[in-house]
Amino acid sequence: MTKINVKVDGVSYVDDVEPRLLLVHYLRDRIGKTGTPVGCDTSNCGACTVHLDGVSVKSCSVLAVQADGSEITTIEGLSNGEWHPLQQAFHSEHALQCGYCTPGMIMAAADLLRENPRPSDQEIRDGLEGNLCRCTGYENIVRAVRRASGAEVKAQ
Amino acid sequence: MTAEAQAPPVTELGRARPRKEDARLITGKTNWTDNFVLPGMLHVAYVRSPFAHARITRVDVSAARQLPGVFAAFSGADFADEQGSLPCAWPVTPDIIIPDHPPMATEEVRYVGEAVACVVARDRYAAADALDAVDVDYEPLPPVLDIRTALDASSPRVHEAGNKSFEFLLQNGDLDAAFRDAPVVIERTYRQQRLIPSAMEPRAVVGWNEGDEYTLWSSTQIPHVLRVMLALTTGIPEQNLRVIAPDVGGGFGSKLQVTAEEVLALLISRKIGRPVKWTESRSEGNLTVHHGRDQWQRIKLAADSDGRIRALDADLLADMGAYLMLVTPGVPLLGAFMFNGIYKMDAYSFKCTGVFSTKMPTDAYRGAGRPEATFALERIMDELAAELNMDPLAVRERNWIKHEEFPYDTISGLTYDSGNYEAATARARALFNYDELRAEQQRRRDSNDPVQLGLGTSTYTEMCGLAPSRVLGSLAYGAGGWEHASVRMLPTGKVEVVTGSSAHGQGHETAWSQIVADKLGIPFEDIRVLHGDTQVSPKGMDTYGSRSLTVGGIAVNGACEKVITKAKRISAHLLEASEDDIEFTRGRLHVRGDPESGQTIQEIALAAFTAHALPDGVEPSLDSDATYDPDNFSFPHGTHLCATEVDTETGMVKIRSYVAVDDVGKVVNPLIVDGQVHGGLAQGIAQALYEEAIYDEEGQLTTTTMADYLLPSAADLPHFTTDRTVTPATTNPLGVKGVGEAGTIASTPAVVNAIVDALRPLGIQDITMPCTPERVWRAIQEARDSAPGTPVTGDGATPAHGTIAHVSGGDAAQAHGSDAATVDGGAR
Repeated sequence: MTKINVKVDGVSYVDDVEPRLLLVHYLRDRIGKTGTPVGCDTSNCGACTVHLDGVSVKSCSVLAVQADGSEITTIEGLSNGEWHPLQQAFHSEHALQCGYCTPGMIMAAADLLRENPRPSDQEIRDGLEGNLCRCTGYENIVRAVRRASGAEVKAQ
Repeated sequence: MTAEAQAPPVTELGRARPRKEDARLITGKTNWTDNFVLPGMLHVAYVRSPFAHARITRVDVSAARQLPGVFAAFSGADFADEQGSLPCAWPVTPDIIIPDHPPMATEEVRYVGEAVACVVARDRYAAADALDAVDVDYEPLPPVLDIRTALDASSPRVHEAGNKSFEFLLQNGDLDAAFRDAPVVIERTYRQQRLIPSAMEPRAVVGWNEGDEYTLWSSTQIPHVLRVMLALTTGIPEQNLRVIAPDVGGGFGSKLQVTAEEVLALLISRKIGRPVKWTESRSEGNLTVHHGRDQWQRIKLAADSDGRIRALDADLLADMGAYLMLVTPGVPLLGAFMFNGIYKMDAYSFKCTGVFSTKMPTDAYRGAGRPEATFALERIMDELAAELNMDPLAVRERNWIKHEEFPYDTISGLTYDSGNYEAATARARALFNYDELRAEQQRRRDSNDPVQLGLGTSTYTEMCGLAPSRVLGSLAYGAGGWEHASVRMLPTGKVEVVTGSSAHGQGHETAWSQIVADKLGIPFEDIRVLHGDTQVSPKGMDTYGSRSLTVGGIAVNGACEKVITKAKRISAHLLEASEDDIEFTRGRLHVRGDPESGQTIQEIALAAFTAHALPDGVEPSLDSDATYDPDNFSFPHGTHLCATEVDTETGMVKIRSYVAVDDVGKVVNPLIVDGQVHGGLAQGIAQALYEEAIYDEEGQLTTTTMADYLLPSAADLPHFTTDRTVTPATTNPLGVKGVGEAGTIASTPAVVNAIVDALRPLGIQDITMPCTPERVWRAIQEARDSAPGTPVTGDGATPAHGTIAHVSGGDAAQAHGSDAATVDGGAR
């Protein structure tokens, strides 16, 4: 067991963890942060994307011990009461159906907009390549990210 | 106590309402099955067969039981007396072979991934660790991997009874006469590759037995069907069994199933007296969630020289996999009614042979039988156009049912209630700039541009809204096709709607609220929709086959009508008027001609609750139930046009534009409808370009991860241009049709037709799906190496992910025993 000290969505935790414990399982099974789901076991789908010290990571590809001393933001900590502009845009543009990919998609999109505040449609598509959605065909996800960036979104 | 009266300011039906469901989904407050933690809960992990086919000679779980954190370990023998056989609810022919299918194998395994033992431990890591300590001895048996040779006498057998499960034939008209002396006869063999449905949420199950009571949480599309089937399979009394489908992360047919893990979760919990959870990994899921498609299709078409279709003859081999699961044999047979599509013809034959293999069973995947049929039909329609040098749209128009001919009795025995193929096609053609693209195609051909342009057409219809119970009965299906709804009028004027349709991403909570808001004149926000728990929603047939709105939504509508009828009686009493004189207008019950008089329905609900002044003999309740059994299927249709740029030097295919004009009748929520179309397109395009489940020559699935099985990302898909024409269904009171599967059904042939259209001048007339760059490139090389005029079918390439040397081509027509010389036979 190894002791880790992490801050998740603004709350500090000190825990003993097995060195092999994945960050996503630490979040889900140890501290009850079930807003971050697991969609695959090869880091292809991106459903488990969270922010580690402000940068998006697939939390299935990070060990909990690697997060020691870090600040983690999950979908549950993205907003303070009011929805984050991306959450609002995903809702307005119907950018989700089953919603399983949505936490990861929003966290990845937030990182994308941090790096590139006014992305083109193609830049949005390329930037979200690591996050898979099986429901939406991505059409409305692209629209939502564009909307959240403040760019004009034409009526459908 | 007061009840606010407020009619909604705008009509809800047709309004692009953002969804109620979203609030929890975008904030991480969702109740996925894997989130559930119960006191004392343990975790299950399964030992699965590494062999495609083997006899189990010994299973020893004793060492696993000794490991730290392990609570129990079991083999199939431990469940032999109680596990029953996983059900097949669709014995499609009287003499169908339905093999015994134990949830945990006891004697023989017949696909890689079949469960042979399990361990139960304190957490998922400890359970996974203990799997290695389970010792299983196998005696390998020969696998059966190619259904084209599986019916040969020399083939090894999957089951003792043989490899043929059933043969189904549907014929109408004089086929011989139609083919005799036909000026044009075209025969093709098409491959419907095996697909993995890949819902984003992996399956998860929590089982809990306490005393007589059993509760199962499962990531399922079908809590109601599952409850009945689990009771029948395990003998657990149905009244003691509660099934809960909490938030479910997509299904696409893959969660329309009664799975081994669901049965075993209940049995394990009963054995150990603790709740248990099992959550699959993606690689476990790719092996053991049922697969889709997997057919060899021989299709033969006779036509006159002006393009009029005389007859169509479809002969399918359908891979059942190792067992028949819930609706496995019925899936290809939905194609029996769809190979004629939107066209008129004199004669028709559909034959399907269901064949066993040592692979994961197939079953419903988005479209289920209809994408397969539409693909073959729309592909051969393009071949007919090419043969006659006609425009693909013109040859379709020559044959399709004209809008004034509805209702139309089709050659396969259905009655299409409504449609307007002309309107949808005209709209699609305009949005697509069809004529300009044809001109550009010609310019590129003339200039020998290395990047050729292809235009693909797909004009489809489909039968959905499963289904009229009598029709299902005539097809030997094991249940009805009705749906149930309750509308509960609460004392405060709010409404609870209980639906038997179990949503898993479709947005029922929003759409049903819109229906009720309009029907009862109650604000959208005041309506709550409950579903997915057999104790909350006791009756239902669940969600699949694009049935929710056209069956479940109509049941909701019907329950509202009963509420109004009850309310009128109370209103008449309170107004001292005759019941016949009471009208209901936008939420208010009033005397005819005086819409300002009377009470709101919320006020009547309160009056029913207090029951102080009800007429004699009237129950103190407006609550109403309705069960709707449709008279007919619904028949959405549309025209999809796809333009692809095909790089003849690299084989790379790029979709340049995609236009989908769908006619799904009246629309309740255009946001949701567009979303369904987008998602359907993505899955259909993915079949054309990316996805294939590949078993190697030993029967090992090689596409177990998302790195090997290529689901498209945002970067792989184009922008979709979607539009609608509206031809209301005439068979239900809302005029609605299904939409969930339309995009998937239409898009696959549109894409492949576009690719083949780009390459047809080279002599290429087919590329086997998925049309990977390698396959396209090889077809181009083969065409260039062949004598001019030799048709190329592009089916000899390595599999989609290109990591193993397994050839998936072959002469299917020969395997079918056909003596007809195929047009494409010279390619190999």
